[in-house]
Amino acid sequence: MTQDNISNPTTFMLDNKIIPFSEGQTIIQAAMAAGEYIPHLCYNPEFKPHGSCKVCTVKANGRQAASCTQLAQADMVVESNTQQINDERRALLQMLFVEGNHFCPSCEKSGNCELQATAYALEMMSPHFDHFSPNRPLDASHPEYLLDFNRCILCSLCVRASRDVDGKNVFALSERGIKTQLIVNAKSGKLGDTDFSDQDKAAHVCPVGVIIKKRVGFTIPIGERAFDVNPISVSPHPVKKGA
Amino acid sequence: MTRQMNTHAAYLDPILNHCQCNVHDLLQILRQAQEHYGYIHPDAIDYLSEVLALPRAKIEGVASFYSLLYLKPHGEYRVLFSDNITDRMLGNIDLMNSLCSQLWVEPGKVSEDGLLWVNTTSCTGMCDQGPALLVNNIAINRLTAERVSAICELIRERVPLPSWPAEFFAIENNIRRKDILLNSDFESGSALAAMLQRGALETLQEVKISKLRGRGGAGFSTGSKWEFCRAAAGEQHYVVCNADEGEPGTFKDRVLLNSYADMMFEGMTLCGHIIDAKKGFLYLRGEYRYLLDHLQAVLQRRRQQGLLGSNILGHAGFDFDIEIHLGAGAYICGEESALIESLEGKRGTPRNRPPYPVTCGYLNQPTVVNNVETFAAASLVALHGGAWYAGIGTEISSGTKILSVSGDCERPGLYEFPFGVTVAEVLADCGARNTQAVQVSGPSGVCVAANEFDRRIGFEDIPTAGAFMVFNQSRDMFEVARNFVQFFAHESCGFCTPCRVGTSLLGNMMNKLAQGHGSPYDFAEIEKLNVLLQSTSHCGLGQSACNPVLDTIAKFRPAYDQRMMHTEFVPAFDLDHALSQARRMTGRDDTGAHLERDHDTR
Ligand SMILES: Cc1cc2nc3c(=O)[nH]c(=O)nc-3n(C[C@H](O)[C@H](O)[C@H](O)COP(=O)(O)O)c2cc1C
Ligand code: SF4
Ligand code: SF4
Ligand code: FES
Repeated sequence: MTQDNISNPTTFMLDNKIIPFSEGQTIIQAAMAAGEYIPHLCYNPEFKPHGSCKVCTVKANGRQAASCTQLAQADMVVESNTQQINDERRALLQMLFVEGNHFCPSCEKSGNCELQATAYALEMMSPHFDHFSPNRPLDASHPEYLLDFNRCILCSLCVRASRDVDGKNVFALSERGIKTQLIVNAKSGKLGDTDFSDQDKAAHVCPVGVIIKKRVGFTIPIGERAFDVNPISVSPHPVKKGA
Repeated sequence: MTRQMNTHAAYLDPILNHCQCNVHDLLQILRQAQEHYGYIHPDAIDYLSEVLALPRAKIEGVASFYSLLYLKPHGEYRVLFSDNITDRMLGNIDLMNSLCSQLWVEPGKVSEDGLLWVNTTSCTGMCDQGPALLVNNIAINRLTAERVSAICELIRERVPLPSWPAEFFAIENNIRRKDILLNSDFESGSALAAMLQRGALETLQEVKISKLRGRGGAGFSTGSKWEFCRAAAGEQHYVVCNADEGEPGTFKDRVLLNSYADMMFEGMTLCGHIIDAKKGFLYLRGEYRYLLDHLQAVLQRRRQQGLLGSNILGHAGFDFDIEIHLGAGAYICGEESALIESLEGKRGTPRNRPPYPVTCGYLNQPTVVNNVETFAAASLVALHGGAWYAGIGTEISSGTKILSVSGDCERPGLYEFPFGVTVAEVLADCGARNTQAVQVSGPSGVCVAANEFDRRIGFEDIPTAGAFMVFNQSRDMFEVARNFVQFFAHESCGFCTPCRVGTSLLGNMMNKLAQGHGSPYDFAEIEKLNVLLQSTSHCGLGQSACNPVLDTIAKFRPAYDQRMMHTEFVPAFDLDHALSQARRMTGRDDTGAHLERDHDTR
């Protein structure tokens, strides 16, 4: 028998499980379709993968790669849920926490937040690094929405949603390095001076608590929210009520 | 505001017309707009946004990415001191402070009268003739106390830059050792003629036989790159010459652009014919703005000579031309996929790869990106044949390499050696004495200690993009590493988490050690960060950002031990130090005003 007969060209191994995939699927896409959770933040199945947060890092054939952008290949051996990789993911999450200002108990997104839920899933116990404590003013100029930039993890999902789905380009990234920040498409820099609306896809994609609908605060009590009910590893993209 | 009413239309229209309102030229438009106005005015963005049909946030996002573009007034004179370690060793900080005190400004703040703004910037590629600065993006070198005072006077008197003494802007080539490339009496057109005689495919074969490898650092086989690109399907193919030369300590492309531009442009044209491209770009770092007019003139002459344009050298269907794009202060744009993003008028963020530029580059078309020196060497190969070239250097690293030597030596400048030369030979040639270490290939390269000086320059031992910074025994290798870490933090593009946050964390840790608060815990932390950055960063910048620290910890440990006042972990935040400010303000110094005795009085 030749090698070709033994191997199945349309599957790969993920932590000793056989995962089928189709041509063009990335590792995370195939894994999620098979019901396997790989931690991730900037990836959202409705959008083209971005590959920036690196929380979805896996070891594919011995080399580390972002599983949201790495194409699945036949007979690839992928390690995901290992001590080493989870340690690295935790460190990346800690970096995201200390880079911004995250006070979960007072955040309306608590319980629906993917950063918080992923930190729970990976048992992140402390922020570990020194806080940067940046000074990022809120933007409350919009009648329906509040922007709290303190919590932005620069995943660019709102940028992609507004540009690619809403056709509006309400958001963009500016500056670079540790100063990279989200900006709003108005001369004043204020959301109130844009055509942003509740109907926008961009109003509903933020994985953390930056883009917050006003006056619905805490309608669903903490403890009953999406990730309070099911951990993110079980239900990574639930329909988030009251979010 | 309507189009006609915008007061910025007067200077923006010619710029926009020149590029036919091509949105891919956004960076070029912004750069030229700034040359007219000193910064990019919010109303100018209104106008550009309307004419180019681009969201203003996107324009602001692009402009703010580049450190040489400003969205707020930055003074009539913008003075940026190059802050590579070699500038530091030559006293740039004292000179900057002197300039600031003479003109009553604080670094980083525009003076109240709007006259000037002073700051530091990453290496400007003048390490052989530092300390260096840029004034309104034009280079001035060999700074001395007198020269700085003269500059102060000129600024105070508001003398326009073109009327400043010409010798301020003189830039030396400092070629110290020539070999096949720097010594060749290359005649423009000769390599193209040789190719047309031999045939395009046959010439590609010669490039492969030559075993020429990229000179920008990674050392990919040039022949294979051209072959892959030629074979890749696309509507158009493109040739890009990478003249971003941002790696601190590297300045050999500056000299090639200044005095060997024909060889480089000819190499690009050869490549164009081989991969069937009609268009090439030279991506020139913004710090080399002073070379632009010269390079445009060379291109114009080449067009007149029939070496660019249509039917090159009378060969029907051989059409190729070259456009120059300027960068605007972003080291990351030397990374080829970030460079392509920047060429397309975007933020210089590295792309997800694969696909690589050879199949999906500029405008998603097959694109060859090569370094300046690679294209120049390719001209030699076309002229003299691959076997001749392969016979020079070593088995694995054919040909010669141009080193940019700077730091503690008598004769800094360009040294062209056949590959295989030892570090010791280079040191002897440049007149270096009591050498403690050499940083080869810049901060992302390796730090070589005295016991390794018999190692060889070449892909088989020490690969290099050209930087060769020499440090004598008097230098503090910890400060060298700290300077490099600050460089990476400043230049991180911010796209991926590990590098965006990690380089700043690393910078803070190094500052903590510098303040004497280090403990073995911090070493362990640095090592952990290194593993993380190496394995999870999106591109080479983040992957190599910890190298300088790890190298110097391994090889110059005493420089670190000397700073470790603590055997147990101490937080970076020093409460007593913070109290010292309050003590100064209140004039108190009694025991009740202290938490513990100050470290430095202990
Ligand atoms: C952060 C970073 C910066 C780089 N800067 C440069 C540069 O300034 N010049 C250059 O030629 N290559 C640079 N490179 C390498 C390029 O990505 C690319 O490999 C090179 O231009 C290919 O040309 P070559 O094969 O002729 O070397 C850089 C790479 C990285 C990761
Ligand atoms: S606001 Fe939310 S969606 Fe937008 S970049 Fe920040 S974290 Fe991502
Ligand atoms: S490693 Fe650094 S420079 Fe490279 S993509 Fe990530 S943030 Fe940008
Ligand atoms: S989820 Fe893959 S990099 Fe963010």
